[in-house]
Amino acid sequence: MDNVVLHVADVHKSFAGLHALSDIDLSVREGETHAIIGPNGAGKSTLLNVCIGRLKPDSGHVVFDGENLTGKQPHQINQLGVVRVFQTPEIFPELSILENVMVPILAKRDGSFKLNWFKRFGAENEVRDKASGILSDLGLGSMLSEDASSLSRGDKRRLELAMGLSQDPRLLLLDEPTAGMARHDTNATIELLKDIKASGMTKVIIEHDMHVVFSLADRISVLAGGRIICQGTPDEVKADPRVKEAYLGEEQV
Amino acid sequence: MNKSSGLSDWVLFFGFAAVVLTMPLWLAPFGAAYPDLMQKFAIFGVFAIGFNILFGLTGYLSFGHAAFLGAGSYAAIWSYKALTMNVVPAILFAVIVAGIFAFLIGYVSLRRSGIYFSILTLAFAQMSYNLAYSVLTPITNGETGLQLTLADPRVLDAMVGIEATSSLPLPNFFGIITTGIPGFYFCATVLIIAFFISLRIARSPFGMMLKAIKSNQTRMAYTGFNTRPYLLWAFVISGMYAGLAGGLMAVTDPLAGAERMQWTASGEVVLMTILGGAGTLVGPVIGAAVIKYFENIFSAFNKAELQQIFSALPDGLENIVVSVASMFVGKGWHLTLGLLFMIVVIFLPGGIMEGVRRIGRLMGIGKKPETQPVSVANSQQGQANG
Amino acid sequence: MDAILLQILNGLDKGAAYALIALGLTLVFGTLGVVNFAHGAIFMLGAFCAVTFNRVLSMSTKVRDESVTLFEAFKEVPILTTKFPVVGPVILDYAVPLSLLVAIPIMLLLGFAMERGLIRHFYKRPHADQILVTFGLAIILQEIIKHYFGANPIPQSAPAAFAGSANISAYFGVGENIIYPWWRLIYLAFSVFIISCVFAFLHLTTFGMVVRAGMQDREMVGMLGINIQRRFSIVFGMAAVVAGMAGVMYTPILPPDYHMGMDFLVLSFVVVVVGGMGSLGGAVAAGFLLGILQSFASMNEVKSIIPGIDQIIIYLVAVVVLLVLPRGLLGRKGVMED
Repeated sequence: MDNVVLHVADVHKSFAGLHALSDIDLSVREGETHAIIGPNGAGKSTLLNVCIGRLKPDSGHVVFDGENLTGKQPHQINQLGVVRVFQTPEIFPELSILENVMVPILAKRDGSFKLNWFKRFGAENEVRDKASGILSDLGLGSMLSEDASSLSRGDKRRLELAMGLSQDPRLLLLDEPTAGMARHDTNATIELLKDIKASGMTKVIIEHDMHVVFSLADRISVLAGGRIICQGTPDEVKADPRVKEAYLGEEQV
Repeated sequence: MNKSSGLSDWVLFFGFAAVVLTMPLWLAPFGAAYPDLMQKFAIFGVFAIGFNILFGLTGYLSFGHAAFLGAGSYAAIWSYKALTMNVVPAILFAVIVAGIFAFLIGYVSLRRSGIYFSILTLAFAQMSYNLAYSVLTPITNGETGLQLTLADPRVLDAMVGIEATSSLPLPNFFGIITTGIPGFYFCATVLIIAFFISLRIARSPFGMMLKAIKSNQTRMAYTGFNTRPYLLWAFVISGMYAGLAGGLMAVTDPLAGAERMQWTASGEVVLMTILGGAGTLVGPVIGAAVIKYFENIFSAFNKAELQQIFSALPDGLENIVVSVASMFVGKGWHLTLGLLFMIVVIFLPGGIMEGVRRIGRLMGIGKKPETQPVSVANSQQGQANG
Repeated sequence: MDAILLQILNGLDKGAAYALIALGLTLVFGTLGVVNFAHGAIFMLGAFCAVTFNRVLSMSTKVRDESVTLFEAFKEVPILTTKFPVVGPVILDYAVPLSLLVAIPIMLLLGFAMERGLIRHFYKRPHADQILVTFGLAIILQEIIKHYFGANPIPQSAPAAFAGSANISAYFGVGENIIYPWWRLIYLAFSVFIISCVFAFLHLTTFGMVVRAGMQDREMVGMLGINIQRRFSIVFGMAAVVAGMAGVMYTPILPPDYHMGMDFLVLSFVVVVVGGMGSLGGAVAAGFLLGILQSFASMNEVKSIIPGIDQIIIYLVAVVVLLVLPRGLLGRKGVMED
């Protein structure tokens, strides 16, 4: 259990003199669900962006399974097995729902580039079966051939989750997976994430909703003002007075 | 379901091939069944198919594709001059040279996207055009254009004992002269092969990735794809198609001039693709044929003919109608082209194929649900062929 | 030293034309978010306003030629000179600058009509569609001109007072023997005046401030409850007037023909991109800069070192600038990258 998969070591990041992240030191262990919580503007999204190569840290580095991620291109980081699900759904609106999931599966199978222009996409039966299986699990199985742009916002988020899961990631980074969802959708997503948790996939979740955090997380890091102020199990975090002050005080659980 | 969609691709392919090869028959009633024009249909069809691989699939709008067409033409003529009058090496050279040229320009231009990409391609094409007229005269023969001469070495032809004696030799396909009707069939065959390849590309995982890049390029990177080589290959393939088209021009008429590289020529292929329907498979070919057909018909009219057509009208009215109509024909056919361009972009952004699809939908309202295919391959095909 | 100064001067007038066209392109792009490929055609239409005006003024009648005494001879004399023997010839002489008076309202109306009738419907459409529809419009405009005026360039003359050349060295004390056509100096001064007017308008009036704010952040201005839509027509009209005036005044330098708009458009686009999409200052600076560079590249000394450089210099600069400074010289991040 103590096998560290993701190690964020001494990361600093500032925008125009404003310290977005300072002294961030974070370890995510294999198989755990690690939640990052914190008030708005605490630097949660910045931290996630540093992990997937969208932002380059000013100093420090992010190590995933012995590989230094800093300075790597987004696609290289993805190919290592680090997959991010975005807060505002990033999908392929003009492609069908099924194609939206088949594309990431092909990225996993064929690597970051393959000039297979003479094969038939339609003949990729295994890929399609896998994609439609995942989509059925997420309740999108009945509209495989529709354009992704026709989905509701909540369904788009679910589709993106399906895209992330389809790559069997070694580390899944979820940015507020239930934001903007209705209560029963939120519960369904929690159940789904619990199932994934049972499969042993390592996850980092950024979340506002305390209900989601406490029902899923094995460990929690609390971010405030660009620093990690507390790290521990849900019970430890609940009990920590600094957390109450920085975060829980404003939003009663 | 897969089999059936594979099958429908074959139906599309053989249907396309049949329509192209029977052009001399069904174009006759339109007065368009003469070799020169049909060759143009085929050649610009190839050009537009290639352009569509880049613009239709990836959404990258190149304003410099004429440079590759021109490069292909020059390469083909040089093959005639230096090696042989056989068109096969000429076409191979055209494709290879255009491919290398496209690789160099694409490698640099694809570092930017959006309008910056368009401007970069335009800048490179204009540089090529200007240089072809000035400094590169030893290669391009400047304003006169590159032509064959009796004194050309034609090394391979000389080796097998073919010598040009009194008149200039003609391009040939292993002895068959490729002007006139045989030239059309040669171009038509190349067009069919080019269409087949583009069909395979559009249906392949590679083609799907290009469409995904068009849809959301940022997402592709976070999905684990390196988009640069995908785009570069699309650019190079599409440049090779342009080179092929340029080579075919040299097949039917062994002459190459720099005006083929001008940016208006690049604009023309954009128009063909948009008019037919960018992103569709047969649309660009239809667009190319429509434009070349109208160019031919409209530019052939003159005032006397117009007066004859409208002679039934009362004199005063006749003069007005004729003078208005004369703006659109003859040398003024570009006006018609511009108007067509605007009408299509304003009212039918999907091009002719979109129009066909809309009409089809109106006609088939009742039966649509049953015939709507569910499989992904079919729905994708629905998008691509209309 | 003289040679260098002369090349700079030679580049300035062309640069001024680039700058004026690029200014309008940027203004329209920055506020309306529209890529206008018909902007060069407006420049061309301006030039043909001058041509038309000149033709109208010099409409003539047949008058008996008194100098021929042996038989009845007739000569063509402009009506204007027969009706107004004193003012007539002066007006004819100053036909080009006077046609500004006609060109300004025509261009303004044309700009309004274009914005209301066409451009307005393309605000929300992709840039590719905007490029294509305005490209179509540009073709139409130039073909109409070609139909009525023919394909050959139509030379226009500058007023006699400015037809000669100025000895710059004598007047301004620079260099030793720099001779430069008067009209080009006028054009330069005129361009600087127009550019200053546009900038003054944008910086000193409330309207201009809203426009500039709109260029910074269109959504923000919309949120402030300012009806930016209504101002768009005016901005578009203004850009059209600037391009049209640039065209009118350029006619004595370059005899106008129907495709001059396209030639200048392609280069002006390069200028806009080099200056940085959405940056007015950048467009003006890049216009002059590229004009001067082009002039230097066409010096024989330079051409003998790098053959053909004069043909490609502008494009080469565009490529280098785009690769090294992706947003151009003064552009902002995030403009036109979709």
